[in-house]
Amino acid sequence: MSVELDVFVGNTTIMDEEVYQFWLDGYTVNDAVKVRMEGGVLEEYEASTDVLLSDTMDQFRTFQMCERLLHTPAKLANQLLFQIPPHRQTMLIERYYAFDNAFVREVLGKKLSKGTKKDLDDISAKTGITLKSCRRQFDNFKRVFKVVEELKGPLVENIQQHFLLSDKLARDYAAIVFFANNRFETGKRKLQFLSFQDFAFCAGQLISNWTVGAVDNMVEDMDVDLDKEFLQDLKDLKILINDKDLLDQHKSLVCTALRGKTKVFNEMEANFKTLSRALVNIAAKLTNTKDVRDLFIDLVEKFIEPCRSDRWTSADVRLFLTYYTNSARTLDTFRHQVTWDRYMDVIKSCILKMYHD
Amino acid sequence: MPGKLKAKIVAGRHLPVMDRASDLTDAFVEVKFGNTTFKTDVCPKSLNPQWNSEWFKFEVDDEDLQDEPLQITVLDHDTYSANDAIGKVYIDIDPLLSCEAATVISGWFPIYDTIHGIRGEINVLVKVDLFNDLNRFRQSSCGVKFFCTTSIPKCYRVVMVHGFVEELVVNEDPEYQWIDRIRTPRASNEARQRLISLMSGELQRKIGLKVLEMGGNAVLGYLQCFDLEGESGLVVRAIGTACTLDKLSSLPTAVLPACNSPSREMKESPLAQAPSHGCRSSHNSPVHSAAAASARLSQGFSVSVPTLIFTGMRLHRHRSLGETGREHTAQTVLPGRQCRPPFSEDPNPNIHSSGPSTPLKNQTYSFSPSKSYSRQSSSSDTDLSLTPKTGMGSGGSAGKDGGPLKTLLRQQTQSALEQREFPFFTLTCFPPGFLIHVGGVVSARSVKLLDRIHNPALGNTRSYKLLDWNSFTADEPETRDAWWEEIRQEIKSHAKALGCHAVVGYSESTSICEEVCILSASGTAAILNPKFMQEGCLDSYSEHSRLEDPAPPSCGFCHIPYDELNMPFPAHLTYCYNCRRQKVPDVLFTTIDLPVEATVMGKGSLIQARLCRLKKKAQGEVNATAISNLLPFMEYELHTQLMNKLKLRSMNALFGLRVQISVGENMLVGLASATGVYLMALPAPGGIQIAGKTPSDITYEQHISNMQKKINDTISKNKDLYEVHPQEIIEEVIGSPIPESRQRSRLFRSHSESSDEVSELDLSHGKKDAFVLEIDDTDAVEDIHSLLTDAPMPSGFYSCNTEIMPGIYNWTSSLQMFTSVRVFRLNNVNLTNQGLNKIFNDLCENLLKSLYFKLRSMVPCCLCHLNFAVAVPEEELIQVAVTAVAMTFDKEQAQENFKANMEKAIMKVISENEEQLQFPLELCTETPAPQPFSPSKGTGHQDGGGIHTSARATSVDYSSFADRCSTWIELIKLKAQAIRRGSIKTTASQEKGSPLPEGRSRSLRCMRPFPSSTVSVVKMTPLSFLPGTRIIKYLGIINMFFIRETTSLREEGGVSGFLHCFIAEVFAMVRAHVAALGGNAVVSYSMKECVFMENPNKNQAQCLINVSGDAVIFVRESEAEATAAAPQTSSMQNLSGAAEANA
Repeated sequence: MSVELDVFVGNTTIMDEEVYQFWLDGYTVNDAVKVRMEGGVLEEYEASTDVLLSDTMDQFRTFQMCERLLHTPAKLANQLLFQIPPHRQTMLIERYYAFDNAFVREVLGKKLSKGTKKDLDDISAKTGITLKSCRRQFDNFKRVFKVVEELKGPLVENIQQHFLLSDKLARDYAAIVFFANNRFETGKRKLQFLSFQDFAFCAGQLISNWTVGAVDNMVEDMDVDLDKEFLQDLKDLKILINDKDLLDQHKSLVCTALRGKTKVFNEMEANFKTLSRALVNIAAKLTNTKDVRDLFIDLVEKFIEPCRSDRWTSADVRLFLTYYTNSARTLDTFRHQVTWDRYMDVIKSCILKMYHD
Repeated sequence: MPGKLKAKIVAGRHLPVMDRASDLTDAFVEVKFGNTTFKTDVCPKSLNPQWNSEWFKFEVDDEDLQDEPLQITVLDHDTYSANDAIGKVYIDIDPLLSCEAATVISGWFPIYDTIHGIRGEINVLVKVDLFNDLNRFRQSSCGVKFFCTTSIPKCYRVVMVHGFVEELVVNEDPEYQWIDRIRTPRASNEARQRLISLMSGELQRKIGLKVLEMGGNAVLGYLQCFDLEGESGLVVRAIGTACTLDKLSSLPTAVLPACNSPSREMKESPLAQAPSHGCRSSHNSPVHSAAAASARLSQGFSVSVPTLIFTGMRLHRHRSLGETGREHTAQTVLPGRQCRPPFSEDPNPNIHSSGPSTPLKNQTYSFSPSKSYSRQSSSSDTDLSLTPKTGMGSGGSAGKDGGPLKTLLRQQTQSALEQREFPFFTLTCFPPGFLIHVGGVVSARSVKLLDRIHNPALGNTRSYKLLDWNSFTADEPETRDAWWEEIRQEIKSHAKALGCHAVVGYSESTSICEEVCILSASGTAAILNPKFMQEGCLDSYSEHSRLEDPAPPSCGFCHIPYDELNMPFPAHLTYCYNCRRQKVPDVLFTTIDLPVEATVMGKGSLIQARLCRLKKKAQGEVNATAISNLLPFMEYELHTQLMNKLKLRSMNALFGLRVQISVGENMLVGLASATGVYLMALPAPGGIQIAGKTPSDITYEQHISNMQKKINDTISKNKDLYEVHPQEIIEEVIGSPIPESRQRSRLFRSHSESSDEVSELDLSHGKKDAFVLEIDDTDAVEDIHSLLTDAPMPSGFYSCNTEIMPGIYNWTSSLQMFTSVRVFRLNNVNLTNQGLNKIFNDLCENLLKSLYFKLRSMVPCCLCHLNFAVAVPEEELIQVAVTAVAMTFDKEQAQENFKANMEKAIMKVISENEEQLQFPLELCTETPAPQPFSPSKGTGHQDGGGIHTSARATSVDYSSFADRCSTWIELIKLKAQAIRRGSIKTTASQEKGSPLPEGRSRSLRCMRPFPSSTVSVVKMTPLSFLPGTRIIKYLGIINMFFIRETTSLREEGGVSGFLHCFIAEVFAMVRAHVAALGGNAVVSYSMKECVFMENPNKNQAQCLINVSGDAVIFVRESEAEATAAAPQTSSMQNLSGAAEANA
């Protein structure tokens, strides 16, 4: 004796957010039933396990049928098969495209290729996120990447328009796409202390300041590719470290300004040249794709770590970077102010965001 | 006569990829009507093609317009091989043929393929230019409106009820033709879908013709069914109630706010009363003739007729002989048929009908006049005394052909109703005062063998071709006609036996297994108001009712229609607890909805009786005999269960009773559903008492007393749950609403006057006696167990199977219609009846539990119109399909003094129905001319100017109203539409209402301002109304039939995945069609057929679904109507909070 067939179809599609989350998290029906039972839905409604099983199965089936539509969220609003109120549609989409920070940290900056997909079971084992959920998240990244890759216009807007995501989520996806496109290295042990949100912030800075789109907003890939001309111009900044006079002048300006304002003044004074060289060298090397990828590891190794070993507080770092940037402008012989500002504004905010434990 | 059908293919979207190489599709469209086909250009390499075709014009007969659907096929162009079909859309253009319904069909339709399901959508525009056909001999019936709704549609007024119409058409099932062996499943499915579409079109046209001949212009309670008889063919049959309807005027009436209908109807009936002076001619006075009828009746039933028995007709012979096991008086008892020991020991030979009036009896099942069981002798007696059997085999299925017998009949002075061949009404809701008395449920079943069509004319020559059925001889439908005729006669005679001249809430159904077919019909015997049948002005009636009869008796319908001294069966009668003047039975079973005027206490409750009976596998006649032998036992058992459960809930009446018996190869499954209520007019039911038969054992005694305690606990729990507390409240209520001095005119009952004195003794009598259940064997123990195992509903939930839930009046407008299907496999081969019963019972209970759980977010809510359909698709499978609607209500208000609420609600309903009070029945079967059909146009002309202004006024009012409710998307759209249409209407009224101008304006709709969210919300409900809204326009009937098949069952998620998807697709297609008609809801929706077949070994499954309903436009009721502003707004907020379930 068994229930051979069991379906429930409402004119308005019934969806339980809790069950949806189980489905997204890659639970099997039985696991979801178990968790729901522990959650105590049963007691409220005196329902038996069978009832819960039937309900869960129904909903999982509904979500499965919806999944095809969720791949192109714009269709969800125009399809006729499911009658779903608009705010529910928004919820479905937002949740479907939501991702786990632990997962995204693993694939951030990696090529969204079949090769990476094969490694998903390792990631699943490492993060404790089910393989099914990993696949969904990975496929989402890839799908968004593919769609916006060849579109003109601002990246965040494109993502929002095509996937109907909230502003926040669209920005996160922009970061993911940006990282994947430029293949920034994020996986090294030294970078493990950084969260996805740190990187997402940096990506936002890079997108709005360093990409082609920062100067021209009607180019293909405008927000994904870095502005080659700008990177070329960065080479000119080398004068700050190659010209002895300029370097000394720069140092004295900064030191004068900071004297008495920070406890780590001595360390700062001692390390000024090293740090300045580090920052300018990073800039100069960015024409090289390989070095672009290493941007974050370089920032950590060459700037953040030395500062941290000298026990700078983030206030110290802010103070230093502010005066370091500003005083370069007052150098008489330095003519690359525009490039310098475009470079340092981003570097400053990125370092400040990344300067934590 | 011609009409011009025009179709335009605008665009497609979300098409499937047909060319793997390019991941694109080269789509084009074929538009076919009749034998004419047009094609669009190929739109290369696009999944969202824009064809924007020219108008394809078909010049066709209006007959074809009614029969044929417009067929749109989307194909993928292939240069080298044959073009691949993507899918099809069938559009029923019938709604365009009635000038009052839709004028254009425009919108996105899902492209449907029977193998792949929905594959993209197509935007289509369809219009019809119809030239008025004045040919008297026409075969078409354009303009007759069809409604599934079984009450008087809102915004209409019934001028006249003409009565019962029925028709059936038969054809060979394409699935069983030889060609099916060589064609693809797709081709076969499409042939079937098309055929059924054609057949239902033809059926509707034929019924329309009958209606026109009767002088009507509409069919209410239209019920169309398919019988898939397999090898022997496919039957499409329909019944309905012919009426003359009249649009209600838009002038504000009584309580209701202005009917802000922006459509053309206003100019068509500027004065509600105007057309009502139509055809009411010579009507016989029904009074004495009815008396005569009843006199004759009592002759016919000189033998007392037991309550619950039914006619076991079978095998195309006459009624089966007395295999029923219930014998009375002179009849010989077949010993083998004695069902159970208590029966044989019963001192009263009328075992089934023994009432609680004789508590000494050990087996006291009291039945209201719920069933008539006609013996062969008695029923044929009645038949003779009623109408001469004109119908049998002679094909005169409608009451229109004036054969000599009819003329003869008319010569007799019989009441108008008697004159009809079948005084049946498929309606279940009536205006207050229309029903005078309700006798009880009448039903008849008949077992037939399908493979033997005993029609010598037919013989073996059934070799007609597919679609050639217009020409083939009408022999076969006649066989089926004769079968139904037989059953209807039976029903009619049962009604007579109950002293009633009409049957209301009438319905018919079949259950087919292989070659055996059970035909069933049931209804409620009733006496209708003679005032409605009297000749005279309608206005005079309403005045009359206002002056002389200010409060229609709320208890009148409960009073017995039959003769007290000459009762058709023994029943326990008491004086009415309301007026204390007339006699009432102690319980009342009906198939209709609770009349609005009825005073009930507390809330209603869904009551179900469930039963399985094993039967031996057999073939042919043996099988049919076995089935017909089982049927009476099943009927009896089901009624026992119903009665017990009713008592357990302390209720005394059942409404909406629907008994379904489905036949399978090795079992019969019975399911009776009804809504129990406590009617104030009827005596309070006594408790249930258990009596031990053999008080030998102490443990046994213990057991019994335990059980008794349990039952008592359940009863008191139920009393709280349903707020039924008869003893205390009854005294307060009695007498208050009913003026004492009121004179009741009881024209149909000659003896009633004698019982006028109120006797207190009699009153106290009925209250006390308990209902005795005897335990004497395991069987009875089982019964009681099953009685107690009905799980209580979770708090916050109520359920009923009727239109309205008695005791809940404050609906909020959140609703959720749903369909749930379960199939249960019985793996255990050695099942006993009891085991089987338990399984079936659990299946239903669990299904209900699941529903409650699913809908828990809507609490407090009520599941209304819970409609269960059982089937036995295969030997070890039981299928249960449920369609219902969950509606939320306001709990705060619900807990208020229910009495006040109730009275308010009643008053409101009465005043709402004021117009509908004018509800005369057509007196003679033959009206001189179909006058009421036309005057609308004339008045439209006359009052063109006046309407002009009023139309503009309403459109303004309408938009401001819509502004207030701007949260509702559909409303915004409606508003836009209304403004447009309102302005258009002014032009339309100048152009004197040819359908064109509106059509032109409506075509604007396809250029909606929001292309991003083009899907409009369409609500669906099995009820005839949507709470908190007003239906302003009926757009036409939706009647759709779909087949879905798969050869990759596992890949589609197994049987559940397959069916889930299919049902969702069916909903989607219904919504799309309604939206294309310009509607925003379907009311009276029902899923009439859901035939599911699977073959998991072959990875295959097939499913057929038939759905129907009425497409409507509704608007939210304005807040202005709210008496108390504050609670209303708060409930509005709740409502928008709960909008997710709603929107």
